[in-house]
Amino acid sequence: MHAAQAPRHRRSLARQDAAIGYLFVAPQMIGFFLFVLGPILAVFVFSTQHRDLLTGVVEPAGLANFQTMLQTDRTFPRVLANSLAFTVWLVPLNLCLALLLAFLLTRKLRGMIFFRTLFFAPVITSTVAWVIVWRFLLQGDQGINQFLEGVGIQGPNWLREPNWAMASVIVTRVLKTVGLNMIIFMSALQNIPREYDEAASVDGANGWQIFFRITLPQLAPTILVVMVLTVIGSLQVFDHILLMTNGGPANATSVLIFYIWFQAFRVFDMGYASALAVVLFFIVLTATVIQWVLRQRFIYNER
Amino acid sequence: MNANMISSTHLREERSLMGQISLFIAKHKNKLLLYLLLLALSIPFLFPFWWMFTSAFKPANDIFAYPLTLLPQTWRLENFAEVFAFQPFARHYFNSLYIAVLVTIGTLIVSSLSGYAFARIRFPGSNLLFLLLLSALMMPTEVTIIPNFTFMQALGLIDTHIPLIILPILGANGVVGTFLMRQYFLGIPIDLEEAGFLDGMTRWGVFWRIALPIARPALVAVTILTFLYSWNSFLEPLVFINNNDLYTLPLSLRSITDEYGQSLWNIQLAATVLTVLPVLLIYAVAQRQVVESFALSGTKG
Repeated sequence: MHAAQAPRHRRSLARQDAAIGYLFVAPQMIGFFLFVLGPILAVFVFSTQHRDLLTGVVEPAGLANFQTMLQTDRTFPRVLANSLAFTVWLVPLNLCLALLLAFLLTRKLRGMIFFRTLFFAPVITSTVAWVIVWRFLLQGDQGINQFLEGVGIQGPNWLREPNWAMASVIVTRVLKTVGLNMIIFMSALQNIPREYDEAASVDGANGWQIFFRITLPQLAPTILVVMVLTVIGSLQVFDHILLMTNGGPANATSVLIFYIWFQAFRVFDMGYASALAVVLFFIVLTATVIQWVLRQRFIYNER
Repeated sequence: MNANMISSTHLREERSLMGQISLFIAKHKNKLLLYLLLLALSIPFLFPFWWMFTSAFKPANDIFAYPLTLLPQTWRLENFAEVFAFQPFARHYFNSLYIAVLVTIGTLIVSSLSGYAFARIRFPGSNLLFLLLLSALMMPTEVTIIPNFTFMQALGLIDTHIPLIILPILGANGVVGTFLMRQYFLGIPIDLEEAGFLDGMTRWGVFWRIALPIARPALVAVTILTFLYSWNSFLEPLVFINNNDLYTLPLSLRSITDEYGQSLWNIQLAATVLTVLPVLLIYAVAQRQVVESFALSGTKG
């Protein structure tokens, strides 16, 4: 019956269906253009203006904001270096710990669920709560340093010394988010066929050899994707830093995303903040493109 | 094999307690090492929670006790009462709750509609629109917050909850929801929907009565992710809200300080416990769903 219906009727049905399609995506797409795409374009425009948040004065500035960034702002190079250090330390730490935990937790042993629940718990806990606790534990004469004293080590004043402050932010951030990568690795590990391990162990390979020669290569595509997502995520760590160190001491933990907020809502220089946001935009874009290219190549090799 | 032979001879020759313990250790050496490693690794995850919950019951000077105490010496329940006396904490709690509920409902509606359309309805440009949406996932909210702030300011919406409700629904968080919904709808056998059309259902009928009920697991995942996102969100309230009465919980926690900006630790921690507890309770009950929701959003996003 259906197939025999007149083509014109069918075509009008299809057109009607397409109209419903547009209607269904309309709320999301309108919102997307208004609050995501529009603002991204606006950031580029803002970056060529002087915009004072307090007075509301807006003047064209050409490339003055970018000149400030490259020539006169002494903090900017520091901020870039901080961002680089933050990402370069955080990503490997996060991935190695996530892999180790995933590897341990995929053994079929009693109590693994408990550990998984525990390692994942910080992911769903609000950053404010997590940081409030760690800020206490990292005080000069409290928390961790009392433990360290117990074993005869004089701990530093973690959040007041530049390098230790950076280390503290990185490590507490890893602890907060490692559970997410851990569960992604766990599901990838569970999808790896067991036969290869068994064949290898019959051939006399030991645990380490199996891990490095068989398990790890099969995980490589997942590791790659998770790595890039973690890099992009690391560029967006704002609340953690604001709450823990407020960018200090002496800008030691001020990363790009923090500096954007600081310029926009503390210095009230929206134009300069937008120029900084443009820089961040291109960094994230580069990371995304790299991921995309590598992913294509990996998937190609897989087949 | 070898180890088994040795242990069985041991078993016959030695019956002492020490012998049995060392036997047990030899037999389960790998397992024990694994558990020891896991326990050691648990400390930096477990201790913050332990410290948060116990210190919320300590008197102020107990928190700074030397050496550090693992349990309160006196349990001080007044901390919790003082949270509410110190600032309109119940108000903040209500703000967070109702905003998270509205954001969740809004995201469910918007994401299931557009996720379904992208999965099932043919319309010109759908692939392009979907790719555009995906690009939003990569852009940090912090990049768009400056124009959004200017925009909201122009609309007179600063110091209202409207930006905190609209932006998560239509921004990157909502796109994750759409993506999850689309993936799920793609997995539903098309025959089911075609049967619906044969029965004379409209597109809306097929969506509402057939596809959506099957997609319940995806709806649950979106609910979990969105509620947590809103409940824990910090940047948007920080930027859009100045009026203390309009604070959400994360802002409220942060502002529990004395007149010099120093944290009032025991009160702050009691408030923190009240903030984290409902989330952890839900997590304890629906542990598998919560973890799976994040696993989905993490790998697919």
